[in-house]
Amino acid sequence: MATHLIVVEHQSGKLNKATLSAFAAAAKVGGDMHALVLGQGVGDIAKAVAPYAKKVHVGEHAGLKDRLAQPYAKCIADVAGSLGATHVWAAASSAGKDVLPRVAARLDAAMASDICAVIDEKTFKRPMWAGNVIGTVELATAKKVITVRPTEFSAPAAGAPGEIGAVSVDPGASKMSFVKFDAVVSDRPALADARVIVAAGRGVKGPEGIKGVLEPLADALGAAIGASRAVCDAGWAPNDWQIGQTGKVVAPELYFAVGLSGAIQHVAGMKGSKCIVAINKDPEAPIFQVADYGLVGDLFKVVPELTEAIKKAKG
Amino acid sequence: MKFLVTVKRVTDFEAKVKLKADKSGVETSGVNMIVNPFDEIAVEEALRQKDKTGGGEVVVVAIGTADSTAQIRSALAMGADRGILVKHDGALDSNGVARLLQKVVEKEKPDVVFMGKQAIDDDSAQEGQLLAEVLGWGQATFANSVTLEGGKATVIREADGGLETVACELPCIITADLRLNEPRYASLPGIMKAKKKPLDELTPDALGVKLESRVVVKGFEEPAQKKAGQKVADVAALVDKLKNEAKAI
Ligand SMILES: Cc1cc2nc3c(=O)[nH]c(=O)nc-3n(C[C@H](O)[C@H](O)[C@H](O)COP(=O)(O)OP(=O)(O)OC[C@H]3O[C@@H](n4cnc5c(N)ncnc54)[C@H](O)[C@@H]3O)c2cc1C
Ligand SMILES: Cc1cc2nc3c(=O)[nH]c(=O)nc-3n(C[C@H](O)[C@H](O)[C@H](O)COP(=O)(O)OP(=O)(O)OC[C@H]3O[C@@H](n4cnc5c(N)ncnc54)[C@H](O)[C@@H]3O)c2cc1C
Repeated sequence: MATHLIVVEHQSGKLNKATLSAFAAAAKVGGDMHALVLGQGVGDIAKAVAPYAKKVHVGEHAGLKDRLAQPYAKCIADVAGSLGATHVWAAASSAGKDVLPRVAARLDAAMASDICAVIDEKTFKRPMWAGNVIGTVELATAKKVITVRPTEFSAPAAGAPGEIGAVSVDPGASKMSFVKFDAVVSDRPALADARVIVAAGRGVKGPEGIKGVLEPLADALGAAIGASRAVCDAGWAPNDWQIGQTGKVVAPELYFAVGLSGAIQHVAGMKGSKCIVAINKDPEAPIFQVADYGLVGDLFKVVPELTEAIKKAKG
Repeated sequence: MKFLVTVKRVTDFEAKVKLKADKSGVETSGVNMIVNPFDEIAVEEALRQKDKTGGGEVVVVAIGTADSTAQIRSALAMGADRGILVKHDGALDSNGVARLLQKVVEKEKPDVVFMGKQAIDDDSAQEGQLLAEVLGWGQATFANSVTLEGGKATVIREADGGLETVACELPCIITADLRLNEPRYASLPGIMKAKKKPLDELTPDALGVKLESRVVVKGFEEPAQKKAGQKVADVAALVDKLKNEAKAI
């Protein structure tokens, strides 16, 4: 029977909900569920994931205060080894991508990145070529390491809380050190959690376009704001807002693509959205091919009208 | 300083990706092949860091068939000094690539290995991290800016929620994100010179690596197509649809 170890991600004292997708994917294989929380002062995080695991292992150490790939990978692999874990899972977040391959190397395990489906205990599907192709791949090693695309697996139902226990960890010698983290501060929902996203393309013409035209729409909808690569490259928005093949993958209930052409690299990150609205002045823009509703027009005229109409419709 | 840069031959990001008729893989015949865009950024960074740190050498390495020579030459045309092709025909998994690169690193002894954060065809985003672990080195993935000073690399990384700064002792692995730099175009004299720059060939055998198949590709499919949407005439129609049809607001 499979023994799963799910690596729990947290930031600033809060559970990253993307982790729940890793529990959901592991549950499709079936077997014993173990969770691993590393860091310092992470008791609350352990409690938050206890309903999804048979046992939550808490590894606290001064050397794990900051999440650095080298010491984290060592501790994860050590715990996986002593548990006899057959599968190690994490969300395919920037942290998951950073750390899990090193765990695979330490465990001499094959690894599948960013999977979108579980076929059986060794076979997985993953999007490739910017989501234009779905590959099916079998990991032929005894131990397997997998990162999970959060938008493809919804959080599992909470069960009776599992046992929480300390595990001793030794981060070992590391060649890396943490310097600082400059967080993007925002009152808006995070892209990953947002029910509605308003995404800015180059058509917004500058940061003023985002501020003056898109923000009021996002406010009216309680939406997060995202962007195309072009907008992030231009410095009009933080890099953390980039949606796409090489940015974030999102799947909100409602997605507005505004002044955004719909290059495959962008579409790769948002085509799973339930309802897509495109606003573009070019009727031939490729974004209209993936949009449920397309409106051809000048965003500077249309979006303020839309904002007002939505405010009215919501009463 | 000495820099090693990895370059992968991939399908052009502007090409339409199609499966072969028998679905055995992605159609590459007649498709333009390029240097993985993230690797181009890695080459550019190595060239700039070589200048900033007072010279040295930039060596590029590709693993693949003789076709990958074209991508090595592209990097040489940008200004890299020398190329290495690890000749291999057939499937490779991430572990195989990492073990081959490990041997090349042990032979070349670079101060920094620059790689792309992700190959835009297979989209694994694993290789830099795997190589760092097998070498026991520090890593800075998704690099947005790099400073090499005082025997260490200080790197600003693009992370979820903001920018993280880490420091790595040299030697280390750095993987390039999109905004690390804007790669130069190769000049005509650059392209001419590249033809005469040294390009060595190695094989997995010569490197003492026995490749085993730990990842079995079972097949390919096209993703489910979204059903066609509709254009709406104006804002009022859009709001009506969102409210009454999609029930999204
Ligand atoms: C390696 C690589 C990775 C990449 N990764 C990503 C990624 O992760 N995410 C991503 O988004 N891109 C990515 N890209 C870039 C991608 O290929 C496109 O270049 C980019 O998405 C284009 O951004 P855009 O749609 O904002 O700009 P453009 O393509 O310039 O489109 C602007 C659109 O705005 C419209 N417009 C202009 N003015 C108005 C107006 N007044 N009113 C209404 N509409 C207007 C235009 O008709 C046009 O359709 C990547 C590219 C490469 C090579
Ligand atoms: C359908 C299918 C599914 C697959 N699934 C898996 C899987 O789940 N696990 C797995 O291990 N393998 C898998 N493979 C094999 C995989 O395609 C790659 O060869 C290998 O895993 C590297 O992944 P990547 O190219 O996405 O590299 P990434 O890790 O995304 O590449 C990062 C960087 O590594 C460097 N690099 C990568 N390859 C080379 C190269 N050949 N030469 C020089 N530099 C290079 C480049 O600098 C690149 O920017 C799969 C292949 C197929 C066809």
